[in-house]
Amino acid sequence: MAESPEEHVCLIVGASHAGVGCAFELRRQGWTGGIVLIDRDPQLPYHRPPLSKTYLTSEEGSYHNPLRAVDNYEREGIELRLGVSVASIDRDRSLIVLDNGEELAYDKLVLATGARPLIPPFPGLESARHVFSLRTAADVAGIRAALSEDHGKRVVVIGGGYIGLETAASLRKLGAEVTVLEREERVLARVTTPGMSAFFEQLHADHGVKILTGKTVSGFQTNATHTIVRCADGDELVADVIVIGVGIRVNVELAQRAGLEVSNGICVNGSARTSDENIYAIGDCTYHHNPRYDRFVRLESVQNAVDQGKVAAAALVGKVAIYDAIPWFWSDQYDVKLQIVGLSEGHDRAVVRKEVGEAPKFSIWYFAGDTLLAVDAVNNAKAYVIGTKFIQSGALIDRDKLADPTVPLRPANLVR
Amino acid sequence: MANITFITTDGTSTTVSGNSGSVMELARDHSIEGILGNCGGVCSCATCHVHVAPEDVRKTGEASEIERDMLELDDNADEYSRLCCQIVVSDAIDGVVLRVAE
Ligand SMILES: Cc1cc2nc3c(=O)[nH]c(=O)nc-3n(C[C@H](O)[C@H](O)[C@H](O)COP(=O)(O)OP(=O)(O)OC[C@H]3O[C@@H](n4cnc5c(N)ncnc54)[C@H](O)[C@@H]3O)c2cc1C
Repeated sequence: MAESPEEHVCLIVGASHAGVGCAFELRRQGWTGGIVLIDRDPQLPYHRPPLSKTYLTSEEGSYHNPLRAVDNYEREGIELRLGVSVASIDRDRSLIVLDNGEELAYDKLVLATGARPLIPPFPGLESARHVFSLRTAADVAGIRAALSEDHGKRVVVIGGGYIGLETAASLRKLGAEVTVLEREERVLARVTTPGMSAFFEQLHADHGVKILTGKTVSGFQTNATHTIVRCADGDELVADVIVIGVGIRVNVELAQRAGLEVSNGICVNGSARTSDENIYAIGDCTYHHNPRYDRFVRLESVQNAVDQGKVAAAALVGKVAIYDAIPWFWSDQYDVKLQIVGLSEGHDRAVVRKEVGEAPKFSIWYFAGDTLLAVDAVNNAKAYVIGTKFIQSGALIDRDKLADPTVPLRPANLVR
Repeated sequence: MANITFITTDGTSTTVSGNSGSVMELARDHSIEGILGNCGGVCSCATCHVHVAPEDVRKTGEASEIERDMLELDDNADEYSRLCCQIVVSDAIDGVVLRVAE
């Protein structure tokens, strides 16, 4: 281990929302040693959420929505090593091994390895053409290129989660004929409640996207011009382009092979530290305890990546930091903005509040007893913000007033 | 082409120019301290908060409803507050001065 702090090196594996945020926060917190960010993706680190939203439909040929300008890394003395993968961690020697055999020593190591798309081994997958998942800029470039080729524009999206639905909305805007196949009985089954699922199913139907639920894909059959997507119930769909959005696999292998504690993700404590005191983990790849909801969670969101990265940075410079942020998330589909704050799991009551007016503008408030757990707000930033403040303060809410759209949505009107 | 001046919380003044995109993107591309834009510029995170100089509000226009609502998340918001991902860079805003929020 180096003697003076200036000689200490923090290596960060994964240069995306979590890793990049952590690197800059480390400097801000006063880390004077080296910071090296490593990622196998060759592109300057970029925002992921727009990939399924504005980027799919944008005019620009190549994706440009960097997290930070390239000069910023230089100015802050953050070294970027892009286009290289980390092959293993050698904890005994405090170093990592790159796929080119190079070894890099660390004093502190941060794993921000995120997740990768889950691709089920569908029979016929190998010979199918124009099959994509959606996690990287390269994935989106591939989808765009396939759609601009002079063949059909029939798209089958497998999986009705946020990414699948956002992709469906974006491709529909581009004029594609889109069908979404969802295995469960409703879309967004894993992440939201039946009422919200029904709203989004209707929204997509109104825009001409066909959503088929209860459809298990059993395989692909590819001929000269297109691919047939087969479902277990015998249904068949013709596809020129297939997008698989059925969930993710957490990138835990590096941690696992290094003998770190791993369960539903890399296990970290409230300071984002793993079972090795010199190794931290942040973002999508972590399994951590949320003190506010008193349960262990693995979250997939920009909020979690950024906030947990900040906690790790503070802890790395020796400050006391505990990750207790209230989770939040958003999804944009067509002209609908969904904003979610909190975790609704475990609620025993949901209050629906519909604002007066034409456009859909409503919010669903989830309670466990008197405690507000979460709010889903559709085109309603006000509900999202008030919900955030109520969850923060633990205010007692008058649910009858909340449900009454003639009572203006203002904190003072709603507290008991 | 618009020249835009950012004053960061330590008092540093930086003037940069641009002709397209959002003010948040311009600030990011010039590494203006304190403008994060964590959501990528879709008015979802309130991390690109600036105060517009009062005399420049007529150039930038006022915050939209969703923007005003999101600004409520920040205790430092005032009547001159904007989320600068929602301000489009164009000739119309040439010369504006934006103070990065605390
Ligand atoms: C299409 C899409 C839309 C989304 N929309 C939203 C949204 O609207 N709102 C929201 O809050 N969240 C959204 N998300 C989720 C959000 O993007 C993720 O939660 C966030 O990217 C997590 O950041 P991360 O840094 O933890 O992990 P990741 O972004 O997954 O980054 C991990 C990085 O680690 C690198 N890596 C992994 N292993 C290695 C290795 N061994 N060697 C080198 N590099 C490695 C990977 O290349 C990758 O760049 C969306 C995600 C996608 C894919």
